[in-house]
Amino acid sequence: MNENLFTSFTTPTMMGLPIVVLIIMFPSILFPSPSRLINNRLVSLQQWLVQLTSKQMLAIHSHKGQTWALMLMSLILFIGSTNLLGLLPHSFTPTTQLSMNLGMAIPLWAGTVVTGFRYKTKASLAHFLPQGTPIPLIPMLVIIETISLFIQPVALAVRLTANITAGHLFMHLIGGAALALTNISASIALITFIILILLTILEFTVALIQAYVFTLLVSLYLHDNT
Amino acid sequence: MASPVPVKEKKLMDVKLGELPGWILMRGFTHRGIAGAFQRGYYPYYNKYVNVKKGSLAGISMVLAAYVLFNCCRCYKELKQERLRKYH
Repeated sequence: MNENLFTSFTTPTMMGLPIVVLIIMFPSILFPSPSRLINNRLVSLQQWLVQLTSKQMLAIHSHKGQTWALMLMSLILFIGSTNLLGLLPHSFTPTTQLSMNLGMAIPLWAGTVVTGFRYKTKASLAHFLPQGTPIPLIPMLVIIETISLFIQPVALAVRLTANITAGHLFMHLIGGAALALTNISASIALITFIILILLTILEFTVALIQAYVFTLLVSLYLHDNT
Repeated sequence: MASPVPVKEKKLMDVKLGELPGWILMRGFTHRGIAGAFQRGYYPYYNKYVNVKKGSLAGISMVLAAYVLFNCCRCYKELKQERLRKYH
C-alpha cells in the first residue's frame, strides 16, 4: 500500500513516451477562444467569470500594474482548471510537482521585484525597512526583511504543492480505509464514507482557493512594486 | 496484407485494423504532429456538441469522460493489481 500511495504523483509516461506535456496542455481545450460577439454557452459563461474575476483582482492596481492583467488572469485560470481536473479519478495533477510550481513562482516573483527596482528604485529599497523602527534594530531588521523577500517565491511554490499533494494523499488514505472497513464494520465504513464526501467537497474548494491565493499574492507583490 | 495504396499515406479512418500498429509507427512522433492531430480531430466534435446555441453539460462532460478513460489506460498496470482476484 505504501508504494501505491505515491505512484499517482510520478511523471506520467505511456509506453515510454512522456505525455506529461499533453496533460499540462489539456485544460486549454476546455477554454475555447471566443470568435463571435455572442458565443455558445460555455464560452459566454467563461467570459462572464473572467470579467468578474479580473475586475475584482485588478481594482487595486495602478495603470502600470494593470498591464499584468493577461498574466494574472491566465495564471488563475490555469491553476484553477489544473487543480480541478486533478480531482477526476486517476488523473495526474501537474501542480503537485514542486518543479512546476517553482517554475511558475520564481519568474513571476522575480518579474515583480525587477519591475520595482527598475522603475521605483528608492521605494523598492525602502521596503526593506519598515517605518518607525528603533535605530539599534535597523541592521537586524534589514537582514530579516531580505530573507523574507527571498522566501516569497519558495513559499508560493511550496504552499501550492503541499496543499494539493496533501489533499490528494488524504483522499487516497481515507478512501482506502473506507474500502477496507466495509468487511469489518458497516457503520464505521459509512462514517468513513461520509468523511470522504466531505473531504471531496473540501478539495474542490481548496483547488479554487489555492489558485486564487497564488494569483492574489503575485498581484500583491506587483502592487508593492509598481 | 498487401494493399494498392501505401499504408503511410492513408488517413486514419481508411487504415485497416491489422495495419494500425504499422501506420502509427510510420507516421513519426513529432510533437507538432501529435498536437496537430488532436486539434484536427477535436474541431468536428467541438462544433457538433459544444459550439451550439444551447449547448449543455453533456458536451464538456464527454470530453472529461474521455480524459478519465485516457488516464485509466495510462495507469492500467497499477490498476490491474487492485482487482479482487486470487492470482494477479
